[in-house]
Amino acid sequence: MTEAKLAEPVDYIAETRATYDSLGYPPYQWVKSEGQPPWTPVQTRLEEASVALIASGGIYQRGQHAFHFKDDASYRVIDTSVSCDDLRVTHFAYDVSDARTDPNVVFPLDTLRSLVAENSLGAITPQAFTFMGGIYSARKVRDELAPALVQRVADQRPDIALLVPV
Amino acid sequence: MTSALSITRSVAPPRAAFLDFPLGHTTGKKNQPEAQKRLLKNALGAFDELQRPGEIKFLNERWSDDETWREKPMAKAETGSGEPKGDFRTPRLETPQYQYPADQKEAEHQHRNGGCGSCVGAE
Repeated sequence: MTEAKLAEPVDYIAETRATYDSLGYPPYQWVKSEGQPPWTPVQTRLEEASVALIASGGIYQRGQHAFHFKDDASYRVIDTSVSCDDLRVTHFAYDVSDARTDPNVVFPLDTLRSLVAENSLGAITPQAFTFMGGIYSARKVRDELAPALVQRVADQRPDIALLVPV
Repeated sequence: MTSALSITRSVAPPRAAFLDFPLGHTTGKKNQPEAQKRLLKNALGAFDELQRPGEIKFLNERWSDDETWREKPMAKAETGSGEPKGDFRTPRLETPQYQYPADQKEAEHQHRNGGCGSCVGAE
Protein backbone atom coordinates (compact mmCIF):
# COMPACT_ATOMS: atom_id res chain seq x y z
CA MET A 1 0.00 0.00 0.00
CA THR A 2 1.22 3.44 -0.77
CA GLU A 3 0.66 6.17 1.71
CA ALA A 4 -2.02 8.65 0.66
CA LYS A 5 -0.58 12.03 -0.20
CA LEU A 6 -1.52 14.60 2.39
CA ALA A 7 -3.51 17.47 0.92
CA GLU A 8 -2.02 20.94 1.00
CA PRO A 9 -3.54 23.44 3.46
CA VAL A 10 -6.06 25.80 1.85
CA ASP A 11 -4.34 29.03 0.83
CA TYR A 12 -6.93 31.58 1.97
CA ILE A 13 -4.88 34.51 0.72
CA ALA A 14 -4.94 33.08 -2.81
CA GLU A 15 -8.62 32.15 -2.47
CA THR A 16 -9.53 35.68 -1.40
CA ARG A 17 -7.48 37.13 -4.23
CA ALA A 18 -9.29 34.92 -6.75
CA THR A 19 -12.68 35.94 -5.37
CA TYR A 20 -11.82 39.65 -5.56
CA ASP A 21 -10.42 39.22 -9.08
CA SER A 22 -13.60 37.51 -10.24
CA LEU A 23 -15.64 40.44 -8.91
CA GLY A 24 -13.38 43.03 -10.50
CA TYR A 25 -12.12 44.37 -7.18
CA PRO A 26 -8.52 45.35 -6.48
CA PRO A 27 -6.60 42.75 -4.46
CA TYR A 28 -7.03 42.84 -0.69
CA GLN A 29 -3.87 43.93 1.07
CA TRP A 30 -3.16 41.30 3.72
CA VAL A 31 -1.04 42.27 6.66
CA LYS A 32 2.54 41.21 6.09
CA SER A 33 4.85 41.54 9.06
CA GLU A 34 8.48 42.27 8.29
CA GLY A 35 11.42 41.23 10.39
CA GLN A 36 11.63 38.73 13.20
CA PRO A 37 8.54 38.34 15.38
CA PRO A 38 8.86 39.56 18.97
CA TRP A 39 9.72 36.85 21.45
CA THR A 40 9.08 36.58 25.19
CA PRO A 41 10.27 33.36 26.84
CA VAL A 42 7.60 31.56 28.86
CA GLN A 43 8.63 31.66 32.51
CA THR A 44 5.97 29.43 33.99
CA ARG A 45 5.18 25.75 33.54
CA LEU A 46 1.85 25.20 31.80
CA GLU A 47 0.58 23.36 34.87
CA GLU A 48 0.96 26.61 36.79
CA ALA A 49 0.34 29.13 34.04
CA SER A 50 -2.59 31.49 33.88
CA VAL A 51 -3.95 31.81 30.34
CA ALA A 52 -5.81 34.72 28.77
CA LEU A 53 -8.18 33.84 25.94
CA ILE A 54 -8.70 36.24 23.02
CA ALA A 55 -10.89 35.18 20.11
CA SER A 56 -11.93 36.85 16.86
CA GLY A 57 -14.89 34.64 15.95
CA GLY A 58 -17.64 37.14 16.79
CA ILE A 59 -18.60 35.74 20.20
CA TYR A 60 -20.80 37.77 22.50
CA GLN A 61 -22.65 37.00 25.67
CA ARG A 62 -26.40 37.18 26.20
CA GLY A 63 -27.20 40.72 27.31
CA GLN A 64 -24.31 42.20 25.32
CA HIS A 65 -24.57 43.99 22.00
CA ALA A 66 -23.88 41.82 18.97
CA PHE A 67 -21.22 42.80 16.45
CA HIS A 68 -22.07 44.46 13.18
CA PHE A 69 -20.42 43.65 9.86
CA LYS A 70 -18.94 46.98 8.75
CA ASP A 71 -15.40 47.26 10.15
CA ASP A 72 -16.59 46.72 13.73
CA ALA A 73 -13.52 47.33 15.89
CA SER A 74 -15.38 47.02 19.19
CA TYR A 75 -14.71 44.19 21.61
CA ARG A 76 -16.54 42.31 24.35
CA VAL A 77 -15.34 41.45 27.82
CA ILE A 78 -16.45 37.92 28.68
CA ASP A 79 -16.52 36.79 32.30
CA THR A 80 -14.81 33.39 32.11
CA SER A 81 -17.20 31.91 34.67
CA VAL A 82 -19.98 32.22 32.05
CA SER A 83 -21.89 29.17 30.88
CA CYS A 84 -21.27 28.45 27.19
CA ASP A 85 -25.07 28.22 26.87
CA ASP A 86 -25.08 32.00 27.28
CA LEU A 87 -22.61 32.61 24.46
CA ARG A 88 -23.69 33.68 20.98
CA VAL A 89 -21.83 33.90 17.67
CA THR A 90 -22.15 36.34 14.79
CA HIS A 91 -19.74 36.76 11.87
CA PHE A 92 -20.06 37.33 8.12
CA ALA A 93 -17.00 35.50 6.87
CA TYR A 94 -17.31 31.93 8.05
CA ASP A 95 -20.03 29.32 8.51
CA VAL A 96 -21.07 29.92 12.12
CA SER A 97 -23.47 26.98 12.40
CA ASP A 98 -21.12 24.69 14.33
CA ALA A 99 -19.89 27.54 16.52
CA ARG A 100 -23.50 28.33 17.43
CA THR A 101 -24.03 24.71 18.40
CA ASP A 102 -20.79 24.52 20.38
CA PRO A 103 -18.87 27.80 20.92
CA ASN A 104 -15.83 25.78 22.00
CA VAL A 105 -14.91 25.30 18.33
CA VAL A 106 -13.82 28.95 18.17
CA PHE A 107 -13.85 29.97 21.85
CA PRO A 108 -12.49 27.03 23.85
CA LEU A 109 -13.65 28.09 27.29
CA ASP A 110 -15.02 24.74 28.47
CA THR A 111 -11.93 23.13 26.99
CA LEU A 112 -9.62 25.37 28.99
CA ARG A 113 -11.69 24.72 32.11
CA SER A 114 -11.28 20.97 31.64
CA LEU A 115 -7.51 21.38 31.25
CA VAL A 116 -7.45 23.36 34.50
CA ALA A 117 -9.60 20.71 36.20
CA GLU A 118 -7.12 17.96 35.29
CA ASN A 119 -4.16 20.15 36.34
CA SER A 120 -2.71 20.40 32.83
CA LEU A 121 -3.08 24.17 33.05
CA GLY A 122 -2.89 26.56 36.00
CA ALA A 123 -5.83 28.93 35.57
CA ILE A 124 -7.90 31.03 33.21
CA THR A 125 -7.86 34.77 33.73
CA PRO A 126 -11.16 36.21 35.08
CA GLN A 127 -11.86 37.97 31.80
CA ALA A 128 -11.57 36.86 28.19
CA PHE A 129 -11.86 39.18 25.16
CA THR A 130 -13.68 38.74 21.90
CA PHE A 131 -14.13 40.68 18.70
CA MET A 132 -15.39 40.14 15.17
CA GLY A 133 -12.36 39.61 13.02
CA GLY A 134 -13.79 40.65 9.67
CA ILE A 135 -12.27 44.10 9.90
CA TYR A 136 -11.00 45.31 6.55
CA SER A 137 -8.97 48.18 7.93
CA ALA A 138 -5.64 46.84 9.16
CA ARG A 139 -4.90 50.36 10.40
CA LYS A 140 -7.96 50.31 12.64
CA VAL A 141 -6.84 47.01 14.15
CA ARG A 142 -3.21 48.05 14.54
CA ASP A 143 -3.87 51.54 15.95
CA GLU A 144 -7.12 51.07 17.91
CA LEU A 145 -8.27 47.54 18.65
CA ALA A 146 -4.95 45.75 19.22
CA PRO A 147 -3.48 48.31 21.67
CA ALA A 148 -6.74 48.34 23.67
CA LEU A 149 -6.76 44.55 23.86
CA VAL A 150 -3.08 44.38 24.78
CA GLN A 151 -3.76 46.67 27.74
CA ARG A 152 -6.85 44.74 28.84
CA VAL A 153 -5.02 41.41 28.58
CA ALA A 154 -1.99 42.75 30.47
CA ASP A 155 -4.31 43.95 33.25
CA GLN A 156 -5.34 40.31 33.72
CA ARG A 157 -1.68 39.46 34.44
CA PRO A 158 -1.63 36.19 32.48
CA ASP A 159 1.49 34.06 31.99
CA ILE A 160 0.44 33.16 28.45
CA ALA A 161 -2.16 34.37 25.95
CA LEU A 162 -4.08 32.14 23.58
CA LEU A 163 -5.36 33.83 20.41
CA VAL A 164 -8.05 32.02 18.47
CA PRO A 165 -8.67 33.64 15.09
CA VAL A 166 -11.16 32.38 12.54
CA MET B 1 -4.12 28.53 17.14
CA THR B 2 -4.90 28.85 13.49
CA SER B 3 -6.49 27.03 10.58
CA ALA B 4 -5.35 29.55 7.96
CA LEU B 5 -1.68 28.79 7.40
CA SER B 6 -0.89 31.33 4.70
CA ILE B 7 -2.44 34.20 6.68
CA THR B 8 -0.62 33.18 9.84
CA ARG B 9 2.69 33.04 7.98
CA SER B 10 2.04 36.52 6.63
CA VAL B 11 1.10 37.99 10.01
CA ALA B 12 3.94 36.06 11.69
CA PRO B 13 2.98 35.80 15.38
CA PRO B 14 5.74 34.75 17.80
CA ARG B 15 4.30 31.22 18.11
CA ALA B 16 1.46 29.37 16.42
CA ALA B 17 -0.17 25.96 16.31
CA PHE B 18 -1.77 25.04 12.99
CA LEU B 19 -4.83 22.80 12.79
CA ASP B 20 -5.81 21.92 9.21
CA PHE B 21 -9.59 22.10 9.72
CA PRO B 22 -12.22 24.15 7.83
CA LEU B 23 -12.71 27.75 8.92
CA GLY B 24 -14.93 27.99 11.97
CA HIS B 25 -13.28 25.05 13.76
CA THR B 26 -10.01 26.59 14.91
CA THR B 27 -10.07 24.61 18.16
CA GLY B 28 -11.83 21.43 17.08
CA LYS B 29 -15.07 19.76 16.02
CA LYS B 30 -18.34 20.55 17.73
CA ASN B 31 -19.56 18.47 20.65
CA GLN B 32 -16.34 16.49 20.98
CA PRO B 33 -15.00 17.73 24.32
CA GLU B 34 -12.37 15.01 24.72
CA ALA B 35 -10.99 15.57 21.23
CA GLN B 36 -11.09 19.35 21.79
CA LYS B 37 -9.12 18.90 24.99
CA ARG B 38 -6.52 16.70 23.33
CA LEU B 39 -6.11 19.23 20.52
CA LEU B 40 -5.82 22.24 22.78
CA LYS B 41 -3.37 20.52 25.11
CA ASN B 42 -1.28 19.62 22.11
CA ALA B 43 -1.47 23.21 20.84
CA LEU B 44 -0.54 24.71 24.20
CA GLY B 45 2.48 22.41 24.19
CA ALA B 46 3.87 24.88 21.64
CA PHE B 47 4.67 27.20 24.56
CA ASP B 48 7.16 24.62 25.82
CA GLU B 49 8.35 23.24 22.53
CA LEU B 50 8.83 26.18 20.16
CA GLN B 51 12.09 28.02 20.63
CA ARG B 52 12.41 30.15 17.49
CA PRO B 53 10.35 33.31 16.88
CA GLY B 54 7.78 32.70 14.15
CA GLU B 55 7.87 28.92 14.40
CA ILE B 56 4.62 27.02 13.76
CA LYS B 57 3.66 23.73 15.36
CA PHE B 58 1.63 21.48 13.03
CA LEU B 59 -1.08 19.54 14.82
CA ASN B 60 -1.34 16.10 13.32
CA GLU B 61 -5.11 15.78 12.95
CA ARG B 62 -7.31 15.35 9.88
CA TRP B 63 -10.81 16.76 9.53
CA SER B 64 -12.04 13.70 7.62
CA ASP B 65 -10.83 10.85 5.45
CA ASP B 66 -11.96 12.63 2.31
CA GLU B 67 -10.76 16.09 1.39
CA THR B 68 -13.87 17.52 -0.26
CA TRP B 69 -14.13 20.34 2.29
CA ARG B 70 -11.11 21.98 0.61
CA GLU B 71 -12.80 22.32 -2.78
CA LYS B 72 -14.80 25.53 -2.25
CA PRO B 73 -13.55 26.81 1.09
CA MET B 74 -14.53 30.46 0.61
CA ALA B 75 -18.01 29.70 -0.73
CA LYS B 76 -18.55 27.45 2.24
CA ALA B 77 -17.17 30.10 4.53
CA GLU B 78 -19.34 32.91 3.31
CA THR B 79 -22.61 31.26 2.40
CA GLY B 80 -22.75 28.23 4.66
CA SER B 81 -22.70 25.83 1.72
CA GLY B 82 -22.95 25.46 -2.01
CA GLU B 83 -21.56 27.19 -5.04
CA PRO B 84 -20.71 30.85 -5.22
CA LYS B 85 -23.01 32.85 -7.49
CA GLY B 86 -21.66 36.24 -8.42
CA ASP B 87 -20.94 38.28 -5.33
CA PHE B 88 -21.88 35.68 -2.73
CA ARG B 89 -20.41 37.58 0.17
CA THR B 90 -22.57 38.57 3.08
CA PRO B 91 -23.53 42.26 3.02
CA ARG B 92 -21.53 44.42 5.42
CA LEU B 93 -24.49 45.40 7.57
CA GLU B 94 -23.92 48.31 9.92
CA THR B 95 -26.36 47.28 12.63
CA PRO B 96 -25.69 44.62 15.30
CA GLN B 97 -26.37 41.13 13.92
CA TYR B 98 -27.87 39.14 16.75
CA GLN B 99 -27.98 35.35 16.74
CA TYR B 100 -31.52 35.45 18.12
CA PRO B 101 -34.05 38.31 18.05
CA ALA B 102 -34.45 37.82 21.82
CA ASP B 103 -30.76 38.72 22.24
CA GLN B 104 -31.48 42.20 20.92
CA LYS B 105 -34.31 42.76 23.39
CA GLU B 106 -32.15 41.49 26.22
CA ALA B 107 -29.23 43.70 25.22
CA GLU B 108 -31.48 46.76 24.98
CA HIS B 109 -32.90 45.97 28.40
CA GLN B 110 -29.44 45.49 29.90
CA HIS B 111 -28.29 48.82 28.45
CA ARG B 112 -31.41 50.84 29.29
CA ASN B 113 -29.48 52.74 31.94
CA GLY B 114 -26.36 53.28 29.82
CA GLY B 115 -23.20 51.34 29.10
CA CYS B 116 -22.51 47.94 30.67
CA GLY B 117 -18.74 48.31 30.48
CA SER B 118 -18.29 45.00 28.67
CA CYS B 119 -19.35 46.07 25.17
CA VAL B 120 -16.36 48.29 24.60
CA GLY B 121 -16.66 50.48 21.52
CA ALA B 122 -20.29 49.51 20.95
CA GLU B 123 -21.91 51.84 23.47
